[in-house]
Amino acid sequence: MITYLFKRLLEMVPTLIGITLISFFIIHLAPGKPTDVLAELNPKITPEAREKLEKYYGLDKPIMVQYGMWLKRVVKFDFGESFSTDRRPVMEKIWDTKQPLLERRLFITFMLNLLSLFIILIIAMPIGIASATHQYSLYDKITTVFVFIGFAMPSFWLALLLMMYFGIHHNWLPISGLKSMNYESLPLLEQIWDRGRHLILPIFVSAFTGLAADSRFMRSSMLEVIRQDYITTARAKGLPERTVIYKHALKNALLPIITLMGLSVPGLIGGSVIFENIFGIPGMGQLFYASVMTRDYPLVMGILTVGAILTLLGNLLADLGYMIADPRIRAK
Amino acid sequence: MNKKRAYLLYLILAASVIFTGIEGRAADNPGSGQPAYGDALIVGSIGEPSILVPMLAGDSASHEVAGLIFNGLVKYGTDLSIIGDLAESWDISADGLVITFHLKKGVKWTDGVEFTADDVMFGYKTIIDDKTPTPYKEDYIQLKKAEVLDRHTFRVTYQKPFAPALSSWGNLVILPRHLLEGKDITKIDFARKPTGMGPFILNRWTSGQEVILDSNKNYFDGRPFIDRYIYKIIPDPATMFLELQAGGVDMMGLTPIQYTKQTDTDFFRKNFQKYRYPVFSYTYMGFNLKHPWFKDRRVRQAIAYAIDKSEIVDVVLFGLGSPATGPYVPNTWPYNPDVKKYEYNLEKAKKLLGEAGWTDADGDGTLEKDGRPFEFTILTNQGNSLRINTATIIQWRLAKAGIKVNVRAIEWSTFINEFVDKRRFEAVILGWSIGIDPDQYDIWHSGKTKEKEFNFVSYNNPEVDALLEKGRRTFNIEERKKTYYRIQEILAEEVPYIFLYVPDATPIVHSRFKGIMPSPIGIGYNLPKWHVPKALQKHMMAQ
Repeated sequence: MITYLFKRLLEMVPTLIGITLISFFIIHLAPGKPTDVLAELNPKITPEAREKLEKYYGLDKPIMVQYGMWLKRVVKFDFGESFSTDRRPVMEKIWDTKQPLLERRLFITFMLNLLSLFIILIIAMPIGIASATHQYSLYDKITTVFVFIGFAMPSFWLALLLMMYFGIHHNWLPISGLKSMNYESLPLLEQIWDRGRHLILPIFVSAFTGLAADSRFMRSSMLEVIRQDYITTARAKGLPERTVIYKHALKNALLPIITLMGLSVPGLIGGSVIFENIFGIPGMGQLFYASVMTRDYPLVMGILTVGAILTLLGNLLADLGYMIADPRIRAK
Repeated sequence: MNKKRAYLLYLILAASVIFTGIEGRAADNPGSGQPAYGDALIVGSIGEPSILVPMLAGDSASHEVAGLIFNGLVKYGTDLSIIGDLAESWDISADGLVITFHLKKGVKWTDGVEFTADDVMFGYKTIIDDKTPTPYKEDYIQLKKAEVLDRHTFRVTYQKPFAPALSSWGNLVILPRHLLEGKDITKIDFARKPTGMGPFILNRWTSGQEVILDSNKNYFDGRPFIDRYIYKIIPDPATMFLELQAGGVDMMGLTPIQYTKQTDTDFFRKNFQKYRYPVFSYTYMGFNLKHPWFKDRRVRQAIAYAIDKSEIVDVVLFGLGSPATGPYVPNTWPYNPDVKKYEYNLEKAKKLLGEAGWTDADGDGTLEKDGRPFEFTILTNQGNSLRINTATIIQWRLAKAGIKVNVRAIEWSTFINEFVDKRRFEAVILGWSIGIDPDQYDIWHSGKTKEKEFNFVSYNNPEVDALLEKGRRTFNIEERKKTYYRIQEILAEEVPYIFLYVPDATPIVHSRFKGIMPSPIGIGYNLPKWHVPKALQKHMMAQ
């Protein structure tokens, strides 16, 4: 087991280097430079000043050299400084140790997505199981329509409608952001409640629009399992239907869900630009979008690398999860 | 181009233009209610500041916030004359080469240290330093020398007469020497926790959420009435508008449709006050003058006749702007009202095109010349719906004149680097922000046509070149006026750009804020004097 883990971790290194190399070249292929924001179409800037800026950022060197320099720093876990005018270290932008945990971008995105993933699973699993056991029933049809409405609904539109209804017409829930104006002056319990209130709409929208994939996955996985011989056997022995479904069938039907969880890791840390912008949530999606638009190479690379590492780890965890859940795989 | 503070300084008298808000209602605003200290103003913004040292910042959000923390030596008054800010007075030598500033005494940085001429000197040295990555050096490298005569006297000497010299000292270059001397300004925490001497002091900055400023109780121009200024970052404009209605935001800039339609309700009339004044910028369609078709002046004039500018203002801006006739804002001193205006005239357009050899020989509705149909593409940047809508209207109008137009919107960086800089365009729709000083040497001079320079339409006229040179070396306003009037006449005749419109700024503020005095330089200039009567105060500040 330990050797296996070690081997897998070692294998990740060349993969990671490959990912960063390709990413590095692709983002440099996009036209434009980080100095554009300061210098483009600003009549006050001379060509000499522009060259100085480019030299300052090291952009005058060949791209291979730039990649080498970048890699050399990253090996020491130093992602460098952002090219934006504030020159803050990339890691500080992603994970600002000077801020409380709750205000760090990666944490905000991760927690929000984890919560919504958790809620999606809690709701999607029963829906999926029930529509599999009652295939083609009225219930199956209704839930199918329901989850597909969520799937097809543009999230920004739903978000705006809910904001109007709950935020303006009834003034029950806050519209955007993570906390209220007077947050600092509240006692602890009310602070928690305040943060919770701010999360209700974002998590609802994210869960409702994400319900379809997981519930359909659960449904088809369950359908496949209950057609198998051992289920027939279980029924033949006269086990109650409840035991057949929830004890014998569910265990096997859940296996593909592990893969699904592994696949959702990039989404957990990547966040969503539209979603974060609408709700004014300062997460990773916003940061990544802004960094791409301003060609902030170190920040783009920093986010991609952190994302790649976490994704690879997520895959590894999924594989380990399989080994724990499925004796057939463990044997190999 | 985005320098917010400089941009405030640039604003100039627009005498007859309406600052009415909702026609004249703004006028009853100032007197009502006793000034009282307290309450907070929450300003909504799409963008987050990047850095609070003005000389290093390239975005308007940074300049907006930094402008409340720092001051310049001079600023523009509401009558658009230059008045003292940190400078009590100044003397200009007869030849215009030497300016001596006498600084206000007893002004303190917010850490209690006295502000002196050494701080001005330090700021100047920092901005001209090669190691300072700033795009705003240009005005300061014109200096021959700068001297500190005594603690409160600062003198600058220029190499050549430089007309924008005095106004350039309104930019926020002054930095606290006692905190920053010998340090690398790009590396230290100062940029995120600056010490200034302005009306507000940075309290807290939470990335992606808000910047909170508290009032400077010892501000040399009087303690601001509002205790707290919160710059709230809401990236989505629709969400911001909802926050405005829910009370989460007190002030924001409205889009034309929000200004004219969505805020035209009893709720908004009761709770909010809208303002309107022209922005110092213009939107234009520029031709690639190297393109064989557009080399012909008659073709450019014909296109100018075929476009209805007032229609664009009415449809795209909902009337919140005015048609442009040249590169200056109407009713400012360099603006020449008597240039050729190109009122919409389809017949004239067709006639001019005919003279240039464009005829519809095969009767398909599109003009041809030498067997090639008249078809070209207008490029503009993605995400700017005003420009894209403008292009669409132009497309429709030119189709009537027999010209087929394609419209293509491209992401900003790609647009500039691959198309504008490399001259791979036929026509573009873009805008320029302009200053109070009418110098536009970089945009029109024939020596500024290299890659990355701003005369990308390749305009070349020896008379304009000479006038531009003369204009930036002359101090006498009447003389300069003649120079720039002539330039506008030539530009109007030659049509290198079709000047389309000058947009209006349309902010909205919660009506509990009193003391807002709309002026030609906008509303933000007297923010420290805004106040909320005790009875209307909404946010209680823990003192």
